[in-house]
Amino acid sequence: MSRCARAVCVGALVASLGASAQERPIPPAQLQSGAAFAGAQVRALQGDDFANPGMLWVDRGERLWREPAGAAGRSCASCHQDARATMKGAATRYPLFDAKAGRLLNLEGRISQCRTERQEAPPLQYESDELLALTAYVAHQSYGMPMAVSIDGPARQHFEAGRVFYTTRHGQMNLTCAHCHEANWGRKLAAETISQGHGNPYPAYRLEWQTLGSLHRRLRACLSGIRAEMLPYGAPEYLDLELYLAWRAAGLAIETPGVRR
Amino acid sequence: MAMNSRVQVPAAAKRGEAIEIRIAIQHPMETGFRYDAVGHSIPKNVINELVCRYNGQEVFRAEMGSGISANPYLSFFVVAQASGEFDFRWVDDQGNRGEAQAAIRVSG
Repeated sequence: MSRCARAVCVGALVASLGASAQERPIPPAQLQSGAAFAGAQVRALQGDDFANPGMLWVDRGERLWREPAGAAGRSCASCHQDARATMKGAATRYPLFDAKAGRLLNLEGRISQCRTERQEAPPLQYESDELLALTAYVAHQSYGMPMAVSIDGPARQHFEAGRVFYTTRHGQMNLTCAHCHEANWGRKLAAETISQGHGNPYPAYRLEWQTLGSLHRRLRACLSGIRAEMLPYGAPEYLDLELYLAWRAAGLAIETPGVRR
Repeated sequence: MAMNSRVQVPAAAKRGEAIEIRIAIQHPMETGFRYDAVGHSIPKNVINELVCRYNGQEVFRAEMGSGISANPYLSFFVVAQASGEFDFRWVDDQGNRGEAQAAIRVSG
């Protein structure tokens, strides 16, 4: 085999391995949750199951899980029984591509879909207390489990779109996400330490917000920080980015409800 | 809807033992210093009083103001005396009331 042909072979092999074998921007050994940069007091607050204010939403989510809603008169538990068993690990796989719906769904999107289609109830507003509570409750069942989204098949194009969003300059400051969260994580931005930008604690309680918030709220805050246009909650661009972020954080443990500054 | 809260009281304790009681309440604790998107002042609304009774006797009272964070979390110690119930009651500036109860079994 000529050297040239061999190179083509190697090229084809690399292409067929696809993104699952692709280099992660941050090597797995260097992955660090935002908790590592948040300070000891914030970590202590997150680690205390009672003092962690996010647990108020988890508790509320547990009650909502059993509460019948909508014309169908069904609760989440009517179909999914005990979330502690049935939802264990579910959050690690989101966002995922729903072939039937033909779109990418994050956890909020899946809960909304269940609510309107199965429970026949009015949709919950993105960022409403109820949706945050249910999302936090479901995600909390995967606490400590590694994030493991699939980017194969139809999810692939969303993943690529997310990567493009992540690496494209936005706003008046003309920054990409990578400028902070890859080139400068661990360094200071005024009083704050720049994190690696992972979504593993969300929905998370941010002390700045004084409430629980979704990953999309955090993304909006990032875009506002670089003086870029904030997209609406649940925007397709955010979903694509959420998938890219989840792939980028593969192996990192879910911390919902996390506490951040 | 009743105000969302969490209470932590040890399920069992020995008589004379100091036990930690914890309570967290979901509440915005609106300071009165903020303005909404169109510039109107958002009226102050904080939980101004929280009382804890142990078998009917008041053992803890907190009078809170606008300096307390949202979703207040309080912790205090009480000497376990008899089996029974801790009863928490609180009220905010708008007159919304909340309550929570937790049982304890005291031995010895």
